[in-house]
Amino acid sequence: MNQLSFPIISLVTFFPIFGVLILLMIDKESEDILRGTAVAFTVIEFFISLPLIFYFNNVTHNMQFVELIPWVKSFGINYHMGIDGISLWLVILTTFLTPICVLSSWSYIQKYVKEYMVCLLLLETAMLGALVSLDLILFYVFWELMLIPMYLLIGVWGGPQKIYAAVKFFMYTAAGSVFMLLSIIFLYYYNYKVTGVYTFSILELYKLNIPISVQFWLCLAFFVSFAIKVPMFPLHTWLPDAHVQAPTAGSVILAGVLLKMGTYGFLRFAMPLFPYATHQFTPVMATLAVIGIIYGALVAMVQPDMKKLVAYSSVSHLGYVMLGLFALNMQGIEGGLYQMLNHGISTGALFLIVGMIYERRHTRMIKDFGGIAKVMPVFATFFMIATLSSVAVPGTNGFVGEIMILIGAFRSFPIFAVIAASGAILGALYMLWMYQRVMFCPLDKPENQKLKDLNVREIVTLLPLAVLVFVMGFFPGLFLRKMDATVSHFLKDFNTRYEAYAQQQPQSLGDRIAAVLPASENKDKIIE
Amino acid sequence: MEMLEFVVPALNVKAILPQVILSLTALTVLLVGVFSPQDKKTSSLGYLSLVGVVTALISTLMINGVRESAYNGMVLADGFSSFITLIICVVTILTILTSINYQKFFPRLNCGEYYCLLLFAAVGMCFMGSAGNLLMVFLALETMSISIYVLAGFKTDDAKSIESAMKYFLLGAFASGFLLFGFALIFGSTGTMDLVKISAFLTAHPEVIHSRMLMGGVALMTVGFGFKVAMFPFHMWTPDVYEGAPTSITGFMATGVKAAAFAALLRVFFVALGHLQADWTGIMWLFAFLTMTIGNVVALSQTNIKRMLAYSSIAHAGYLLIGFVAGSKLGQSAILFYLLSYAFTNLGAFGVIALLGRKEGEYTELEDFAGLGFKYPLMGLAMALFMFSMAGIPPASGFMGKFYLFSSAMKAGFVWLAIFGVINSVISLYYYLRVVVVMYFTEAGREVVMPKPSPALVVGLVLAAVGVLQMGIFPSYLLDMARQSIQTMLM
Repeated sequence: MNQLSFPIISLVTFFPIFGVLILLMIDKESEDILRGTAVAFTVIEFFISLPLIFYFNNVTHNMQFVELIPWVKSFGINYHMGIDGISLWLVILTTFLTPICVLSSWSYIQKYVKEYMVCLLLLETAMLGALVSLDLILFYVFWELMLIPMYLLIGVWGGPQKIYAAVKFFMYTAAGSVFMLLSIIFLYYYNYKVTGVYTFSILELYKLNIPISVQFWLCLAFFVSFAIKVPMFPLHTWLPDAHVQAPTAGSVILAGVLLKMGTYGFLRFAMPLFPYATHQFTPVMATLAVIGIIYGALVAMVQPDMKKLVAYSSVSHLGYVMLGLFALNMQGIEGGLYQMLNHGISTGALFLIVGMIYERRHTRMIKDFGGIAKVMPVFATFFMIATLSSVAVPGTNGFVGEIMILIGAFRSFPIFAVIAASGAILGALYMLWMYQRVMFCPLDKPENQKLKDLNVREIVTLLPLAVLVFVMGFFPGLFLRKMDATVSHFLKDFNTRYEAYAQQQPQSLGDRIAAVLPASENKDKIIE
Repeated sequence: MEMLEFVVPALNVKAILPQVILSLTALTVLLVGVFSPQDKKTSSLGYLSLVGVVTALISTLMINGVRESAYNGMVLADGFSSFITLIICVVTILTILTSINYQKFFPRLNCGEYYCLLLFAAVGMCFMGSAGNLLMVFLALETMSISIYVLAGFKTDDAKSIESAMKYFLLGAFASGFLLFGFALIFGSTGTMDLVKISAFLTAHPEVIHSRMLMGGVALMTVGFGFKVAMFPFHMWTPDVYEGAPTSITGFMATGVKAAAFAALLRVFFVALGHLQADWTGIMWLFAFLTMTIGNVVALSQTNIKRMLAYSSIAHAGYLLIGFVAGSKLGQSAILFYLLSYAFTNLGAFGVIALLGRKEGEYTELEDFAGLGFKYPLMGLAMALFMFSMAGIPPASGFMGKFYLFSSAMKAGFVWLAIFGVINSVISLYYYLRVVVVMYFTEAGREVVMPKPSPALVVGLVLAAVGVLQMGIFPSYLLDMARQSIQTMLM
């Protein structure tokens, strides 16, 4: 199965930990060496992850580069990792964004540099681990592990209300995920009851035929957990707080990768495990997605704070992604996946840009700016590219993703597609309006007249993102072709299994639970 | 009615080897303490006791696999008792390592009596794990309790410590009365004190199972055990006693006493009273739910870290009861695994608190920890690890322990209890996170200086942290061992 006959996924996942060990050995006073080391490790990490693209087999839908070692034998938990068309680009996005985050923090982070870099690298490992895990417990461990460094990033290096934001972030996500854990345990025992095998491997659990009424509850637990992470309306309230308080790099990682964990979780776990329940939930999810699109856009429009504006635009963009995924057709899902990458790049760039101007002026209020384009032309260019990408102008990556989602959504639910399309207009409105107020208008504030344009480090930080905006806009095939096999198999499998479920007669909940759970008399026998 | 006859039992040292070693060490420490001059003691007593406990631990691992009933069924040496002894030895080792540091601030603690009592308490705990007779359970419980009553009041110049000992003693004596009365009623209904024989009697006479006398006995006994594990509604003593007792002893009480009491609880209920499982499950379900909920909710508003950990210890008793309610072998082995994980975690946390000390008293208010995370990075890291472990966040051992407990409940069909369990974990997250918040996210308020820690405590904290990570990341070995020890429990 592993085409490289080398545990490349483990290397990619745990290489940042190696970086952490090196960082711990460096004196905490020599801050530039710490920064340099962190940059070096994350850049090397990116190059290590590139073979995943080159050796990736476009034709097969199977997991690739698979590694499988028993971890906790008595429970049937395995160290099981692999990559397919769904996770490939998200892994690359993670390794791509992390060095940018480290670079962007070069001068922004002045206290506890060592601890900061350690947190970023730990976070990278946790995110990669969650993306490549094929064992539910392994996934859950990485999923929870992501919380700790992100929590510290917000809480230690965040803004004035960092404690509130950090605790809210942690509690929200953890509260959602514990129910997922119970669902996982339930699936595990149910699978044992049916097949006689103890396993947490999702590839095995995909095959389960779960009674419909139980499936509903299990699916709900997964959905809530992932919907909080995405975040979907109305579970999104932690996001603006977290974004506004987090340091720039924290926001970039949060928007770029962490939120994608939610959408990725839907696609990898919730939807294929529970096809029937997913199908039943589709109208609800599509409605919430569309509400998210419009609501996010409207709230973004009235924000006086640039960072908050970008944060709410995330809610809107993620609404598109969810709408695409739940369209449950080729265009919708591929568009959703593509939009996940786009959002990582364009919103990541926007957060970086807001961070750069904040570093100069120590304010993010739109009304404090005006006419910045005159004093900072290079900055204005990058800002324009990111804005256009976010607005989804043809030629940029955003256009490809959005048009695919809208086509997909139109095939499944035309009315929602029409409403969502109007959200795109709102998107253009709030982004361009902000750009106009910040960059054009008269340059009337004396503080703004002496602003320095971007330095080399900042240009190096933004340039890769700007290039990718156009590469992904003009050559979407480069990216989409690697998803095709996986997504079409996903849909085929999903539909066959949904049809099979649809034939079954739903029974009452009580009967179903009684049938699933082992009776209390013979529970000792079941353990053996 | 059979006549009571006196039989001289065959002397079987193998079955009680760890206890023998611990007792001999206790006596040696006491003598050395008396005969060594006051100024030369330093920490030699502590290290001497340490050698004894480590030897006991090694002997436990060596006789692991012995499976016999000794002294006319008074002592049951099996995998279960070995695992409990293992937990007790770990607890005692970590407690001694903490005490060696702690006695620098409170020299009064540095005497033969302190370590002697500690070791005798450990002997009692070990016997609770291997008792095969109700009378033996009681003797072991009293050996343990009396030692701990004294230890709780060992800071004789501190009113809070005296209050703590007094409260614990009065209520503990009362609880012992309940326990003994319960035993008497059980003896009255079955005619025997032997756990295995009680079970055999109930098999032969099913009409006794639901007799009022037996039910009353079981209820009174539950009260007695409930007091020792700090189960709601018998938990009221916990915060005051934990707060007042010397920090080194608080951790010992929270982990050792809990492990020993759960061991006896499991043995008595599942070996002797297995026939009544259907009757006690419902009420224990309720107790489990209330214990964890009350513990967690009240802990939310605590500002003293020792009191907070006291309520958290009540909550953990609630989690452990989930495994008890599940009742399966899986649930029982989950309890063993969790007890060990909790021992590492909790003693680690108390060890960190014991790092900060001074002659006039301790820093135990939450706000004293403000900003210490960056001031003393390793200490902060350790405390954060222990807090995340208690909250059940991977990769710490608390996650694996909770996963094990909740999955046993799910498997046995107690889905709602598992749901309440995870809701409780989320509630608890808030106050465990608050420690991290205070340590890392706030600026130092009061000037708190950590004296140079003694190497013993550093070793202890490293051991605890390694234990927590080992059980969280590579739990296989200990999981299998816990499972094995339940499987080889003598019935």
